[in-house]
Amino acid sequence: MSGEVLLEVRNLVKHFEIGGGLFGGRRGLVRAVDGVSFAIRRGETLGLVGESGCGKTTTGRCILQLETPTSGEILFEGRDLTKLGADELRAVRRRLQVIFQDPYSSLNPRMTVGEIIAEPLHVHGIVRGAGARRDRVRDLLRQVGLLPQHAGRYPHQLSGGQRQRVGIARALAMEPALIVCDEPVSALDVSIQAQIINLLEDLQAELGLTYLFIAHDLAVVRHISDRVAVMYLGKIVELADRKTLYDDPLHPYTRALLSAVPIPDPELEARREHIVLRGEVPSPLDPPSGCVFHPRCPIAVDRCRQIVPELREVKPGHWAACLLA
Amino acid sequence: MGTLLEVVDLQTHFLTRGGVVRAVDGVSWDVAEGETVALVGESGCGKSVSALSIMRLVAAPAGRIVGGRVLFKGRDLLSLDEEAMRRVRGREIAMIFQEPMTSLNPVLTIGRQITEGLETHLDMTPTAARARAAELLSMVGIPDPARRLAQYPHQFSGGMRQRMMIAMALACEPSLVLADEPTTALDVTIQAQILELMKSLSRRLGVAMLMITHNLGVVARYADRVNVMYAGKIIERGTAREIYANPRHPYTLGLLRSVPRLDEPRRARLDPIEGQPPDLSRLPGGCSFAPRCAFRVERCLVETPPLRPIGSAEHVSACWEAERVRAAREPVGGRT
Ligand SMILES: Nc1ncnc2c1ncn2[C@@H]1O[C@H](COP(=O)(O)OP(=O)(O)OP(=O)(O)O)[C@@H](O)[C@H]1O
Ligand SMILES: Nc1ncnc2c1ncn2[C@@H]1O[C@H](COP(=O)(O)OP(=O)(O)O)[C@@H](O)[C@H]1O
Ligand code: SF4
Ligand code: SF4
Ligand SMILES: [Mg+2]
Ligand SMILES: [Mg+2]
Repeated sequence: MSGEVLLEVRNLVKHFEIGGGLFGGRRGLVRAVDGVSFAIRRGETLGLVGESGCGKTTTGRCILQLETPTSGEILFEGRDLTKLGADELRAVRRRLQVIFQDPYSSLNPRMTVGEIIAEPLHVHGIVRGAGARRDRVRDLLRQVGLLPQHAGRYPHQLSGGQRQRVGIARALAMEPALIVCDEPVSALDVSIQAQIINLLEDLQAELGLTYLFIAHDLAVVRHISDRVAVMYLGKIVELADRKTLYDDPLHPYTRALLSAVPIPDPELEARREHIVLRGEVPSPLDPPSGCVFHPRCPIAVDRCRQIVPELREVKPGHWAACLLA
Repeated sequence: MGTLLEVVDLQTHFLTRGGVVRAVDGVSWDVAEGETVALVGESGCGKSVSALSIMRLVAAPAGRIVGGRVLFKGRDLLSLDEEAMRRVRGREIAMIFQEPMTSLNPVLTIGRQITEGLETHLDMTPTAARARAAELLSMVGIPDPARRLAQYPHQFSGGMRQRMMIAMALACEPSLVLADEPTTALDVTIQAQILELMKSLSRRLGVAMLMITHNLGVVARYADRVNVMYAGKIIERGTAREIYANPRHPYTLGLLRSVPRLDEPRRARLDPIEGQPPDLSRLPGGCSFAPRCAFRVERCLVETPPLRPIGSAEHVSACWEAERVRAAREPVGGRT
């Protein structure tokens, strides 16, 4: 991948203050995203993987300006979104779209599929005139593999996979440059996941889309991504092109994640060695000192408790945040 | 090893406004003593209802077991009175659910929830039950069990709650555990911990297990035999090795092909199963998979294929065209 950089995230930090207030509870700071940097080139898919609560969704929401970052820069087509005024932001926001995990809760249950897709066309003045909008809705439905008659249905009358297609059509209606796909297939059945993944790949090829693909399924991420970033407790611990990351992971957490994925082949599974990590993911309210992974790391040494490893380029294009990498 | 559980032609239906939902539509399968058997299939195909039917916990009045037998150690559980059934639940057959929070009582301490079963089922004194509860928690890898017993479910993480569910399930030394998606809500590294724990405990204690999951990888690592379910029916069954190496039903083949795999070169394109699972209240005549099946012939639309042995008596498939499935097994599609 060479191409021009479409999105660059620099030192993104998002902390949430919790506790106190109406419901009491211990006051604290959730370090949801704690200094994340990466770039995505036009037409590229960057995969973002990690266990639940590690900050994937929050990173995506900051990029989409659905959260105000605590600090850091989000450069989209060269402009820092965190510094734009409301009007400028509105114009740029259109080109940044999102597809959610749960297609059901993200679609208005009282609107028909046709209305759901036509709404942004109308509101943002993308297509003027009811007739022209109807045509555009029909095209979009076809593009995502739905039929014209689906326009008259309500979300509850569709299957999960069909609802996800509607979510994709709604995002496409805005003619985006970048789509943040936040666990777009996690809620779907295995037999439907592959349909949606193929659709996303076809649309990318056809429309030159750029994806930030957030997921916890490492096999799905390998399939769809050009490069992959692994997150742990609010930080990126490893980033490399797909092949390097999966064939030659440098960070002990990435290695453990990969070895934990069960493979659908009993003979292979019987032979395969599994790194079973001890303990659980610590709370982002109270992250461990030094390397945040040290309490679970199978190869940790003394200094891992004190020194915070920087994400550094260990080999060309291959970044890892580990003192021993 | 002897047969522990034999489910014969089980049928469980739900009465809904949309009509009768045939959630379990005449299924038969068995579990031998100490064996781990998997029930796989996509959501809504009837896996959970199968397990709930065995426990006789299907939500009445909408849900009803309308036919079949559930032979456990030779006795038909469906003909037991409620009192006798209560003794079976927990004592002889235990269940582990996907979301532990819904099956733990939020207002009772963990200690109380474990000791309760020990006192009622095993007649233990409160002191003995407490000691045993602490032992169980350390067996499932919860550190500092004495202190943990005094805490409430919300004070534990998802992985710890699932460990607790396992401890509770094993408390009365049942001979069968029904585990319904025990790790689906957990992260991969925690999932690996819990599955390794279940596997070693079931080996050590000789407990048989019905493992319900939609994750084909989990099945491959942990099951001796596999039942593949689609639209309320078992459509293929065999040893785990057979099912993965030699799938003989188009649905099983499709499932295996549709998932990207880390152990294989990346494919240029995934091979999905087209279409979507049927509505169980409006099943088509003939084979339920026919609308999505690439092997379909005319007969499939009118005649329902029965489960038939393929090669060995152990391996059965409900497909008229099982021979052609064998020939088509090799993966298609380019590789990169
Ligand atoms: N509002 C909430 N409060 C507390 N926990 C929640 C809440 N919403 C979801 N969860 C927890 O998050 C986990 C994932 O939820 P969900 O059911 O949406 O995902 P899933 O389909 O089970 O798995 P996946 O993690 O792949 O999405 C569950 O364990 C659930 O208990
Ligand atoms: N609005 C919020 N208030 C407080 N904490 C939050 C909020 N949103 C997210 N978090 C916390 O931030 C962390 C990262 O969350 P998230 O980005 O959703 O993780 P992921 O998408 O990787 O699962 C979690 O600990 C989560 O509980
Ligand atoms: S820095 Fe130390 S604790 Fe962190 S991943 Fe590397 S070896 Fe493990
Ligand atoms: S019986 Fe016919 S429709 Fe059903 S799976 Fe076999 S070939 Fe396909
Ligand atoms: Mg998330
Ligand atoms: Mg279920």
